[in-house]
Amino acid sequence: MATLIAPEHASPVEDAEALRKAFQGWGTDEKAVISILGHRTATQRQLIRHAYEEIYKEDLIKRLESELSGDFEKAVYRWILDPTDRDAVLLNVAIKHSPIPDYRVIVEISCIRSPEEFLAVKRAYQIRYKRSIEEDLASHTKGDIRKLLFALVSTFRYDGNEINARLANSEADVLRNAIKEREFNHEEIIRIVSTRSKLQLLATLNHYKDDYETSITKHLVDGPANDYLVALRTAIRCFNDPQKYYEKVIRNALNKPGTDEDALTRVIVTTAEKDLEVIKELYYKRNTVSLHKAVGKHTSGDYKAFLRALLGKED
Amino acid sequence: MAVSDEIGALTRAFSGLGIDEKSLISILGKWHPEQRNSFRKGTRNFFIEDERQFERWDDRHIIQLEREFLRFKNAMVLWTMHPWERDARLAKEALYKGPQYGVLIEIACTRSSEELLGARRAYHSLFERSIEEEVASRVGGIERKLLVALLSSYRYEGPRVNEEIAKTEAKTLCNAIKNAGKKPAIEEEEVLRILTTRSKLHIKAVYKHYKEISGKYLDQDLDAELGLKETVQCLCLPQTYFSKVRSKYIILPPKFPTLFSNKYFHKNISSQVLDDALKTSVDEITKETVTRVIVTRADADMKQIKEEYHQKYGATLSKKIEDVANGNYREFLLTLVARGDQ
Repeated sequence: MATLIAPEHASPVEDAEALRKAFQGWGTDEKAVISILGHRTATQRQLIRHAYEEIYKEDLIKRLESELSGDFEKAVYRWILDPTDRDAVLLNVAIKHSPIPDYRVIVEISCIRSPEEFLAVKRAYQIRYKRSIEEDLASHTKGDIRKLLFALVSTFRYDGNEINARLANSEADVLRNAIKEREFNHEEIIRIVSTRSKLQLLATLNHYKDDYETSITKHLVDGPANDYLVALRTAIRCFNDPQKYYEKVIRNALNKPGTDEDALTRVIVTTAEKDLEVIKELYYKRNTVSLHKAVGKHTSGDYKAFLRALLGKED
Repeated sequence: MAVSDEIGALTRAFSGLGIDEKSLISILGKWHPEQRNSFRKGTRNFFIEDERQFERWDDRHIIQLEREFLRFKNAMVLWTMHPWERDARLAKEALYKGPQYGVLIEIACTRSSEELLGARRAYHSLFERSIEEEVASRVGGIERKLLVALLSSYRYEGPRVNEEIAKTEAKTLCNAIKNAGKKPAIEEEEVLRILTTRSKLHIKAVYKHYKEISGKYLDQDLDAELGLKETVQCLCLPQTYFSKVRSKYIILPPKFPTLFSNKYFHKNISSQVLDDALKTSVDEITKETVTRVIVTRADADMKQIKEEYHQKYGATLSKKIEDVANGNYREFLLTLVARGDQ
């Protein structure tokens, strides 16, 4: 369930004019920006961008980039992008991250989006960067992590309901055998995790748990401490329970000394119109404090106000 | 017509690609039982003397005849299919019958990004699996890496090419090929990365830089690495690939017998080449090449393929088809090939 609180009918022209007013004069009226943009759906935001461009012959995004700053600006920039475009930008930022790519983001987006959604992201990436995400990813990674991420990013999974129970059983065994031999980077593990349909994969992971009494991620903790294994476990968590995964990302982002704003922004902006409500509930259950309060405690200023607007109702 | 001429005509009607239905009707249709009897006694290659004193059809020839009669129908069905379904079915067949790596590489590399994507969607609908999961679970080793990456590719198709990177990557390929004695190029991560992720324009630029750096052509230098050679040809020079001569047997470097073994290759890709497929004494898989190539390229680059064919072999493709094919099947192929003239 979404947390975003947006009016059913909004006038893009009025919104564009109100934003223009917020930019005028000394400084920016950030509250106005938050009260408008923080309460509009993706479609409404698109209409506002068009209206603004038509009336003022200027790209609203560029204007916002120059008017705002810091974490607040980053958050608004990500928020105002069309969701597919946003994912493309997040992926590019993750790939170009230094000193090493932000593998987790790449796994997160490629594993949580549906095959069709991710395909649209790949197209958006090509339009924006004039290269394919596969070529950028491959040229910025190597070794086992490249094998895994490349496979996760290239795949176009079957998205139907057909599940083959016998296959799920046999592939659970294949996974177990590879793990027992401590061949965590075995081709077969990568094959199964990156090519099978989500439903088929979940059936396989369930069989694994049934047959071996532990979830596969616990067995994978046993391996060497490398990026590849972290990415593999992340992928499996994303398949199993994306909301639980997101809750953990937020929890870590807030607990970390000096808050990981990038991660916090990414999750909230990405899920505000999807399932942030569920994530909020999970957060409360796990941490006995509401996400509203936690964000309030660990962030400040306009950035805080913006995030809390996206978080919707405070309960 | 004298009887011996008629028998000759009849034999011809059954030989080659497709069946000359008109001849069969005009000759066989009017033959009395005695004439048909003499035919059976007189044609030892179709009929054999049975121990119980009668001439019976040689089973292999019935199977062959069935195939030839079906050739037109198969071409029709393939032609009328949506290109996505067509490629999905061709891929499935190539995967289950072989696997025929050549066909898989052909589909993955000669189709546009959207066409290949469409084929992958169609595969979902038709077979309730993704093509990558099927290929990955049926093919192992280094071949798996290449095929899955190629079939999963969604290459950028815009005009932008970074010449500096193309040059660097040409050097990388150069080094990998120089080193191929110790480690086959196909096992080099970087070689696979370049060939399976870069845009086609970029790879063409790499091809050009490779020639400038090493003085040789990339596909020729990859002669010993079957899959890679065909990959490069399909990506850079599809018309050449589709029209060129196949070598009868592809000789593998003795050191790496498992790489794309003879069994899977020699009848297939490089091989899947019209010139050699258009012969009467080749196997069924090679004959199927003719239908596949002509039907799948008729709307794409048939004109260039014809020109390429004419340049390399002197004869025109149409003349070759006339010589080797029969009946409705022949007329259909000629019609498709002539479309390139519009």
